[in-house]
Amino acid sequence: MELTDLTLLELSRKLAAREASSVEAVRGSLARIERLDARVKAFLLVDEVGALAAANASDARRKAGAPLGPLDGVPVALKDLFCTAGLATTAGSRILEGFVPPFDATAVRLLREAGLPILGKTNMDEFAMGSSTENSGFFPSRNPWDLSRSPGGSSGGSAAAVAARMAFGALGTDTGGSIRQPAALTGTVGLKPTYGRVSRYGVVAFASSLDQVGPFARTVSDVAALLRILAGHDPCDSTSSTRPAPDYLASVEQDVKGLRLGMPREYFELEGLDAEVRAAVDGACRAFETLGAKLVPLSLPHTKYALATYYLVAPAEASSNLARYDGVRYGLRVPARGLREMYAQTRDRGFGPEVKRRILLGTYALSAGYYDAYYLKAQKVRTLIRRDFDAAWDKVDVIVSPTSPAPAFRLGEKVDDPLAMYANDVFTLPCNLAGLPGMSLPCGFARSGLPIGLQILGKHFDEATVLRVGRAFERAHDFVRAPPLGEA
Amino acid sequence: MGLASFQPVIGLEVHAQLLTQSKIFCSCSTRFGAEPNAHTCPVCLGMPGVLPVLNAQVVEFAVRAGVALGCRINARSIWSRKNYFYPDLPKGYQISQYDQPLCEHGSLTIDVDGTERRVGIRRIHLEEDAGKNIHDAGGGESLVDLNRAGVPLVEIVSEPDLRSSAEASEYLKALRDLLVYLEVNDGNLEEGSFRCDANVSVMRKGSTELGTRAELKNINSFRFVQKAIDHEIVRQVEILESGGKVIQETRLWDPDRGETRSMRSKEEAHDYRYFPEPDLPPLVVPAGLEERVRASLPELPRDKLVRFQLEYGLPAYDARILVADRSLASFFEAVWKHYGGSAKKLANWFTGELQRLLKEEGASVGALRFSAGQLAALLKLVDGGEISGNAGKEVFAEMFRTGQDPAAIVAERGLGLEKDAGAVEAAVDAVLAANAAEVEKYRAGKKQVLGFLVGQVMKAMKGKGNPAQVNAVLKSRLGD
Amino acid sequence: MKLSREQVRHVATLAHLALTEEEEVKVQQQLSAILEAMETLRELDTAEVEPTSHAVSDVGGWRDDVAKPSLPPEKALQNAPARVGTSFAVPRILE
Repeated sequence: MELTDLTLLELSRKLAAREASSVEAVRGSLARIERLDARVKAFLLVDEVGALAAANASDARRKAGAPLGPLDGVPVALKDLFCTAGLATTAGSRILEGFVPPFDATAVRLLREAGLPILGKTNMDEFAMGSSTENSGFFPSRNPWDLSRSPGGSSGGSAAAVAARMAFGALGTDTGGSIRQPAALTGTVGLKPTYGRVSRYGVVAFASSLDQVGPFARTVSDVAALLRILAGHDPCDSTSSTRPAPDYLASVEQDVKGLRLGMPREYFELEGLDAEVRAAVDGACRAFETLGAKLVPLSLPHTKYALATYYLVAPAEASSNLARYDGVRYGLRVPARGLREMYAQTRDRGFGPEVKRRILLGTYALSAGYYDAYYLKAQKVRTLIRRDFDAAWDKVDVIVSPTSPAPAFRLGEKVDDPLAMYANDVFTLPCNLAGLPGMSLPCGFARSGLPIGLQILGKHFDEATVLRVGRAFERAHDFVRAPPLGEA
Repeated sequence: MGLASFQPVIGLEVHAQLLTQSKIFCSCSTRFGAEPNAHTCPVCLGMPGVLPVLNAQVVEFAVRAGVALGCRINARSIWSRKNYFYPDLPKGYQISQYDQPLCEHGSLTIDVDGTERRVGIRRIHLEEDAGKNIHDAGGGESLVDLNRAGVPLVEIVSEPDLRSSAEASEYLKALRDLLVYLEVNDGNLEEGSFRCDANVSVMRKGSTELGTRAELKNINSFRFVQKAIDHEIVRQVEILESGGKVIQETRLWDPDRGETRSMRSKEEAHDYRYFPEPDLPPLVVPAGLEERVRASLPELPRDKLVRFQLEYGLPAYDARILVADRSLASFFEAVWKHYGGSAKKLANWFTGELQRLLKEEGASVGALRFSAGQLAALLKLVDGGEISGNAGKEVFAEMFRTGQDPAAIVAERGLGLEKDAGAVEAAVDAVLAANAAEVEKYRAGKKQVLGFLVGQVMKAMKGKGNPAQVNAVLKSRLGD
Repeated sequence: MKLSREQVRHVATLAHLALTEEEEVKVQQQLSAILEAMETLRELDTAEVEPTSHAVSDVGGWRDDVAKPSLPPEKALQNAPARVGTSFAVPRILE
């Protein structure tokens, strides 16, 4: 058994027992990256020097009996949306090619302060806009379960890295499902915390009122351990919550007897929901009943408006957030005689088609004469969507559903049809609009062998219950498997 | 026809930099004069992933201005993004306040030619300043310095209540003085910490329909305010009289040519696509802040001006000079407490000698080397005839320079006047005896001879004669 | 189609995106289809509903007014595509 076959927590226990070293773990991950990433293409940048330096420092600390914390020395990967001081950060876009931030994102700083070596930056859809990594300005990533298929997006690289055991954990971001959907498609666990639970400082912004940072790992407990490091107030982020964060690991093993699990009709009755996905999720629900939980039918009547709402709010905010990419202070600049030509050429060459599409859509939604009908209207419908959830919490403790309507799709299948691509997110979007925490974990496999994910949504700041429900399922049904990549 | 048949309508928008140590949304220093981009950080550089965090002092300063201007302070106001592209705007949007500003519906009372006018203040809101874009004279380049990007501003918008360029100028001065008094702004038009744009339109007298307005920018001295507005009024009247239409546009004041020029009309400038800033929660004014600010407001310039005229009986001209500088006015009152003599005499010393010396040395009232008590003592010496008026000025200059006690300076320089009546009489008698011819002329009716005789006595007394006393004794000896 | 070519061009100008003719046509089609899908929102009566501008309450506070060290100008300009001294250099606006 390789070190890289261990889960994040299993490795941390071995490190604590001095049965393995962080350097060994990093070398193991790097070796796997070297062997597999030419095919999986999860990484945009591998920082061998930095990771080994951090690993050496970690081992020295352990030797001195002074580890920084339980995860000191556990190597992880970061979606290239996180600013890393001294390390190139592209947000998956050519417009930021060569940009080296002079600062770390808060989430990155927290990981470093906990001693975790950073293996590198993973591939993503450009500026987090996409559900497959096909919108990356560089190349698409592949699903370790079937290299002709997408790992999902926008955090596809991080999900693939964890699924292929190239990293013990990874960070991603989720604006409309960008952690949960790739987790479902790659058979990993991915959590989007409550909006405001984890600092957004230093995370390249897509849609400010929706973006959230979250962890990927192979098990629910692993994810709880990572969340424990990330959660908390950040004075550099005015939207980060001052609510104290509990110890997520401490409560994760509690049983689910008597917990009420809501099953929203609108999710389960979706036309186009793959039959195998439905079967797997139904099976999971029955399993919960066996564990003592109660299944409660539920209606979230405004679900069908979530797609339209999201695709007005997110692009509008994005169109404003991406205005800073103008070739003046950093990133790509296309030389031109005049300023306006410089702006236009730089942005035209630097942004891919999906980003341009969303910038135009967002600009239109905010423009004079259209603001009320589009952006303002969407923000009001968002309130209605949130109220659906508020009402639901009277009757249920968590909400369960499929994460994605279908397992991983083939690369190239949806790239020319934006609306079809957007439809991937129907189950994940409402959660972002309401600011709720949500997690995806593996709950089965299709006949094709592709993973299927179960989504668990919770109340604001109730990650603990979401994790607990997920862990209970995981204890009873272990769907943590290794993808058939072969040891080429 | 002509100007007289038109009524100008003017509104002013002032952008005033708040005197905080750090910027509005990051901790970079706001100090003026550093080399380009020495006061920048990822936040004010608009790097990817950065977020704004509000400077608490900014809110207090803005509330202070709002309260002093009689505004309603909105307990909850919203931050907005104003989206447009320009090299000095790093994020591609400015964080400002659009439809729910911090303060609304106030007023500022001004005096124009002896008449009191109440000018409405529509709103006051907070926003961040942009950087500087300097057009390089040589190459085809512009140079961008973002030191100023993120400096906190209040934007104060008046109602279009002003009816002449003189009123506009008065309003601007009064507003500036008020903000300086409140210590929220340093009132410096030339350095750009207090900026003014004017919205000017004209309408035919008797009409109820407002004309189309033009926005004037780049008015960067008080001298130009009236000039620019007057020029624009004339320009608009000429257009209307010749049957044309005034275009709504932005015009730049060109001080060298003494005219306004149209700025290229930016289509996009009209669509800022305002929406609520998602990175900042609504601005909620902390409980008790408004009360605290209200209770700690200093006496405002206008109130002080009125009080100085009533309480001290000073003419408006003197009062204005004293009140223009809050510390000067304070010092005046401090000296007066010790002095208790003629307020007008004291005011004369302030508007005369003190102002002169302050200007010469480029000094400020805050850094005087002498005390209120010392100045009062000096004045009493002059009043009491201990020293002459001219000697007083000399002593003052020395006291200003060294902070030495006036009595000590008088003694050191032997400036004390002769107080012994006998000595004066003796000198007078001696001079009269030596100038019998002049005495005859005087008695014959040539009264101007007195001046010569006084001079002789003063010479004999080596300047220590008290002119008033010498005069009196001479006259009595001469039999007048 | 919900969007005219003219509108696409106008929005592209606002967003400072230079689209080729081909791109313009494609964008027009795609955006129109997307906006068409957004029409469903009209069904909902939101007259009395407050917009959700901010997803969460109990958020962080303000900063004290203390100036802290800035980035050294060299670091601020490290990623600059063009510079003169410690200023960013950009082409001028052509009239």
